[in-house]
Amino acid sequence: MKTRLLSFALTVAVGMTTLLSGQAVAADTIKVGVLHSLSGTMAISETTLKDTMLMLIDEQNKKGGLLGKKLEAVVVDPASDWPLFAEKARELITKDKVAAVFGCWTSVSRKSVLPVFEELNSLLFYPVQYEGEESSRNVFYTGAAPNQQAIPAVDYLMKDMGVKRWVLAGTDYVYPRTTNKILAAYLKAKGVADKDIMINYTPFGHSDWQSIVAEIKKFGNAGKKTAVVSTINGDANVPFYKELGNQGITADTIPVVAFSVGEEELSGIDTKPLVGHLAAWNYFMSVESETNDNFIEAWHTFIKNDKRVTNDPMEAHFIGFNMWIKAVEKAGTTDAAAVQEAIIGVTVPNLSGGYSAMMPNHHITKPVLIGEIQDDGQFEVVWQTPGMVAGDAWSDYLPGSKDLLSDWRTPLACGNFNVKIGKCSAK
Amino acid sequence: MTIRFYLTRAWLPLLFLLLSVPPAIAVSGPAAEQQLQQGLARLVHGNFQEKEAAITQIATSSDPKAKEILEALLAGKIYRLKKDNTLVYTARKGAKADIIGVLSGNALGTVKKRAIKKITINNRLRGKLRGQLALIDLHSSDPKQRLAAVNKLIKTLDPASAITLETLLQTEKNTKVREALLTARAIIGLRTDSGERRLQALENLQGNLNPAVKNELTSLIAAEKDKTVRLKAVATLSSIESEIAFYALLEKIFFGLSLGSVLVLAAIGLAITFGVIGVINMAHGELIMLGAYTTYVIQQFMPNSIGLALFLAIPAAFIVSALVGILIERTVIRFLYGRPLETLLATFGISLILQQSVRTIFSPLNRSVSTPAWMSGSLQLNPVLSLTTNRMTILIFALLVFAGLYITLKKSSIGLQVRAVAQNRSMARAMGVKAARVDALTFGLGSGIAGIAGVALSQLTNVGPNLGQSYIIDSFMVVVFGGVGNLWGTLVGGLTLGVANKFLEPWTGAVLAKILILVFIILFIQKRPQGLFPQKGRAGA
Repeated sequence: MKTRLLSFALTVAVGMTTLLSGQAVAADTIKVGVLHSLSGTMAISETTLKDTMLMLIDEQNKKGGLLGKKLEAVVVDPASDWPLFAEKARELITKDKVAAVFGCWTSVSRKSVLPVFEELNSLLFYPVQYEGEESSRNVFYTGAAPNQQAIPAVDYLMKDMGVKRWVLAGTDYVYPRTTNKILAAYLKAKGVADKDIMINYTPFGHSDWQSIVAEIKKFGNAGKKTAVVSTINGDANVPFYKELGNQGITADTIPVVAFSVGEEELSGIDTKPLVGHLAAWNYFMSVESETNDNFIEAWHTFIKNDKRVTNDPMEAHFIGFNMWIKAVEKAGTTDAAAVQEAIIGVTVPNLSGGYSAMMPNHHITKPVLIGEIQDDGQFEVVWQTPGMVAGDAWSDYLPGSKDLLSDWRTPLACGNFNVKIGKCSAK
Repeated sequence: MTIRFYLTRAWLPLLFLLLSVPPAIAVSGPAAEQQLQQGLARLVHGNFQEKEAAITQIATSSDPKAKEILEALLAGKIYRLKKDNTLVYTARKGAKADIIGVLSGNALGTVKKRAIKKITINNRLRGKLRGQLALIDLHSSDPKQRLAAVNKLIKTLDPASAITLETLLQTEKNTKVREALLTARAIIGLRTDSGERRLQALENLQGNLNPAVKNELTSLIAAEKDKTVRLKAVATLSSIESEIAFYALLEKIFFGLSLGSVLVLAAIGLAITFGVIGVINMAHGELIMLGAYTTYVIQQFMPNSIGLALFLAIPAAFIVSALVGILIERTVIRFLYGRPLETLLATFGISLILQQSVRTIFSPLNRSVSTPAWMSGSLQLNPVLSLTTNRMTILIFALLVFAGLYITLKKSSIGLQVRAVAQNRSMARAMGVKAARVDALTFGLGSGIAGIAGVALSQLTNVGPNLGQSYIIDSFMVVVFGGVGNLWGTLVGGLTLGVANKFLEPWTGAVLAKILILVFIILFIQKRPQGLFPQKGRAGA
């Protein structure tokens, strides 16, 4: 009780200071922080998201800004260095007094900034698919949780393609390990035997795939339909797919469904040997809808290059940014606590032609799409969920987390409420 | 003998049965054309189910155009005109496209890319198309296509396939295709009710390595009631399995040698700079990367002859990396001889500079280097053993580079001077060898070889600014393990580490295998600091 009061007082105090100092510094702009690596290994993926944010802010300003003020982007470069993410986040919040931050890509960078956002009570919009098992008052997860990407993909393979044997291949770090743990538990719950699941981890940037692909081939020759569920990260995918092609594994013998391969990753490589392999996302550039056409056109004009592709994390930023705008308009202020309360239930159009809503657990609703890689580096949607899927912070298939519930609305206001013991374990 | 006996006795009743089944009704002439047109009309729809029906309709129309249409559909070359849904073959040219009517075969001129939309297919349709094409291919004139078609058929055998098999067997001359057909027939034989026939089929499947046979036997053993048949099946299966295990071992050794050859290629340049002139060159990996980027640049200049570009890239990469190497030696390293720590730091700095300049010039994104057609795919020795051609090429290439370098060092005059300076610097100078020049040339030679390694690596892995970093540790490991200053040591060391890695990988996983190898080398160096092949006598190479 005491702590709640205290945190409330703190929130108000911080909110007041933000308001006051915001007025003192620049009365006519609202600052928005963009926290994406522009150098180092992650620059490949994150630079695009920085440009996306600049475009969205630019468009909003053309529409007249927010609450009668112009928006101003504050871009910082955390240089793919995880501790630097926390430093830069603190700088954005305390020095630049930004109203909200859009940023991070890897889970480790998000874990690094999390305490900063909670301590200073500011808002972070996180646009990338992740492993779940987290819910923070200050973070809005606009990318997919495992139940919005991995589980539906496995369902598709099981039901529509009749897959009976599973290879779970991933890079050795937290996202693949957690996702594979959830998937293995899910498959077992569906009656798949242990001997029909093969789990394999490889180091970052692995390039010698010979024996692993040979093993997959042997595993797939047992007479049952086999598929590979890949959480292999980044450029290790290129030699992996090359080796698959060389050893004669095509999409119609053993299909590979990937969770980290999108349009951006495919744009640098020859996709002919990959045709027919699958990816699961919540958005593809090839989706046919009016909002998507407009978005692609705006992107090409903004970036001045009509060969650039759009991808799923860009859509996540599009949704997250529009939700924040709507919530601020609803609350009439950019104060973090007020926006947190206003944003739950906010609904905005997504790029696949439907509407996404912010759920009480700070995750959003999205459709799940399965696409097949085409020879032009685009995806063709072959399956999609009939409706929207709400993101689940705590997986229902892991023993520790299935009893947990996240609901940030008052009176519960808890990210990990244990329904079994009826207590919020965070406090 | 057995085969003929088997044919006449066991199969006679079945043959009669099969021949009495009326053949599939074939349409011809105008009816075929009409069916084709109907099929094409249905293909325009976005719905995959509709498309599937359309494919069947086209395939069974027995119109001569059917095969061409299905192949083009599989290759993604069929588009529809957005204005009137006419189906066209399309060759893209930038933003424009040349189109040819599918039905008429007439050239319809050039249209904007936006005016046409591709007829997309998914995996299911792709499988269906391949199946239909395989049925057409069963009668192909190319034995390779026939073999592929039969192997495909083996996976989806049903009683109806038997008719097709018999007619094919009557005319087939090619031994490999015949073998595959007989395998297919024996598999059907395993599914018959007569125990005698099953025994016969087992006899014919003795030592057959086709994966379908192994699966068939496994399910047969689980369900078989007849004891003699079951015992025979168990014996057949275990002999097949031991043969498969033998080939798996061969495959593993090949994988190991191939990984080893990559290690040798990456390390052999270092064996010269580190081994012969004792410079710890941390920028060695970046010299490899420069070789890979040279390959990329040359390919950009001649996009139509990728194979030739690859051959040209070998001398070009050698020259580029060698020049950069000599530049590094002349401007930095020569002032630091005899100060290993400073050399290490300075070359590490150079490696960062090279990486960043590549990032600035070529962008931080990976570049895609194409592989020529003759280097993709694999050489199928038997159903369970296939060797990938790119790996085989690189294995041979590594051995050639090694041989070339060895001969250069042993037989040429520059090689003699290099060895002389390495053995005794002041004595060599006293004999009139220009030591400084030899140092620069040696460093250039080592760097040039690194460039050549880059050409090979561009075929296996991503060409990006970080390419070198992932090989520098491995290279040092090989050189230290093999024995500093000894080329043979590098060769044997590299291949040994490669094979060891591939034998560890299956039961420890890729991550742990790497760690174990590293631990092994640390222990080995504790025991034998000079490596596998220590330098003999007066520090001689």
